[in-house]
Amino acid sequence: MNFRYRLTESILPHIALLLYAALALFPIILIVMNSFKTRKAIFGEPLAFPNAETFSLEGYLTVWERAGFPLYFRNSLIVTVVSITLILLFGAMAAFALSEYKFRGNTFMGLYLALGIMIPIRLGTVGILRLVSALGLVNNLLSLILVYVAMGLPLTIFVLTSFMSQVPREMKEAARVDGASEYRIFGLVLPLVRPAVATVAVFVMIPIWNDLWFPLILAPGESTKTVTLGVQQFLGQFVSDWNAVLSSLTLAMIPILILYIIFSRQLIRGISAGAVRG
Amino acid sequence: MQSETPKKQKPFPTHIIVFLAPAVIVYTIFMIIPLADSLRLSFLAADTGQFVGLQNYRTLLTDNLWSDQFWNAFRNNVQFFLIHMVVQNSIALFLAALLSRRSLRGTSVYRTVFFMPTVLSVVIIGFIWQLILSPLWGITEGFMGFFGLEHYFQPWLGLESTALNTISLISVWQFIGIPLLLFYAALISIPDELIEAAYVDGATSWTVFWRIKFPLILPTVGIVAILTFVGNFNAFDLIYTIKGALAGPNFASDIMGTMFFRTFFGQQLQLGNAAMGATVAAMMLLIILAGVIVYLVGWQRRITTYEV
Repeated sequence: MNFRYRLTESILPHIALLLYAALALFPIILIVMNSFKTRKAIFGEPLAFPNAETFSLEGYLTVWERAGFPLYFRNSLIVTVVSITLILLFGAMAAFALSEYKFRGNTFMGLYLALGIMIPIRLGTVGILRLVSALGLVNNLLSLILVYVAMGLPLTIFVLTSFMSQVPREMKEAARVDGASEYRIFGLVLPLVRPAVATVAVFVMIPIWNDLWFPLILAPGESTKTVTLGVQQFLGQFVSDWNAVLSSLTLAMIPILILYIIFSRQLIRGISAGAVRG
Repeated sequence: MQSETPKKQKPFPTHIIVFLAPAVIVYTIFMIIPLADSLRLSFLAADTGQFVGLQNYRTLLTDNLWSDQFWNAFRNNVQFFLIHMVVQNSIALFLAALLSRRSLRGTSVYRTVFFMPTVLSVVIIGFIWQLILSPLWGITEGFMGFFGLEHYFQPWLGLESTALNTISLISVWQFIGIPLLLFYAALISIPDELIEAAYVDGATSWTVFWRIKFPLILPTVGIVAILTFVGNFNAFDLIYTIKGALAGPNFASDIMGTMFFRTFFGQQLQLGNAAMGATVAAMMLLIILAGVIVYLVGWQRRITTYEV
């Protein structure tokens, strides 16, 4: 009886979960592992870990020599960091206005800004490209930044508005009595919703860092390529050089996986909070 | 900067404008106006730029040169979506149901692992699976050999009959983390007392799940469905990475997103056409809006939400 109970309550669920975990991890581990092996070993024993005999860094050398990865990383970093900063700043300001003040058109403004949650910005690409060409911003990282800010704002404003409206009134009213300006009060509220801001930051960051569409269309030039586009084109050219392909895949995965593992608790808690609320 | 005491009854005091302006300006200029501009373009002739009403739409839907491609992409996209709904969301629900059991330990490790593919770029995922499924490397064939199934191996990504299904399953593998976490979050927010009461009454785990937990998380099921729908009818990256803009073999894996890209930018024998590109995008917008409306009117309003 006891064993049967443990079997259905604990052992079988763990087996199912472990199987799926293996399916989720296997492809990633396989690529990382083989990126450190000689070409012969990649094909000869793909499932073996690299050992003293099969260890090789030749793929990484090719990537280092041939691809402009440092430049692509720099571009991706600039685009992602600047976009996130502006999204969080502008988004928090707008969310503060929507949650704090009753003004004419408040509901309309909230709905207007929420449109972008359901309508993908990609569908406006024809218009965006025309606009960006008219502004002379093709192959300029600024065009990517502005598009990503517009793309990230709706969700950010939506989430932060709901968090900010939960900040107790008394504190703000007390500050007002002390003669604080509205800008000062915004400065007081912001730290109180820091967890929500951090969660939104991670959520908005992933699609920006990983985006292929807009870099491909707005900034395909060599000097403005992002990591995602750079990897995509590098892989296209080096299809037959398996060492280089595996190494560049590993290089592109590692930073985001490290960031993810650092922030995963935040991220998962954020989804939970959002869903409970929704 | 000294600001006066706020008077809320006054319409639009300066500070509200200051708070709203940056977001509204960037959002309007780079999202709303381009969307409106794309819609406007879809009513203009490609060559002369003159207003032609619904002519582009008629061409897209009925002219053989376009309509075959369009309906093919649409059908493929529906198939792409259905595979996500059935495979992705039911596996996600199953795993979330297991993870949300209170007796289970180590769930945070599983959650972290299951979400890992989701944070990676679609480009990386596309190439990883291309390598794994490649007959050249032979990983999959070798793996199937363990079970004596090596004869069933085929270059699935290269065959017209299997390319779309294979790509859909790769996409399922990548994005399963999102529905899984949403289901998980909804399941753990169900109060313990409700579930314990049912067990005391002699219910089995199976009946507790379908009779108590599942009805309680129906709002999340709706959210997952609409997120899947919007995401799938807007998909592009994975197919472009694996198959390129021609979405081969013979357009077998073409969906709306790849058709949009090809129409707008042109590919090989086909010249880029902004007006027709805008028309394809407008059709995608209509499809997505239709889905959102069905969700808001047909689902969200009708289902009973239980206060827990």
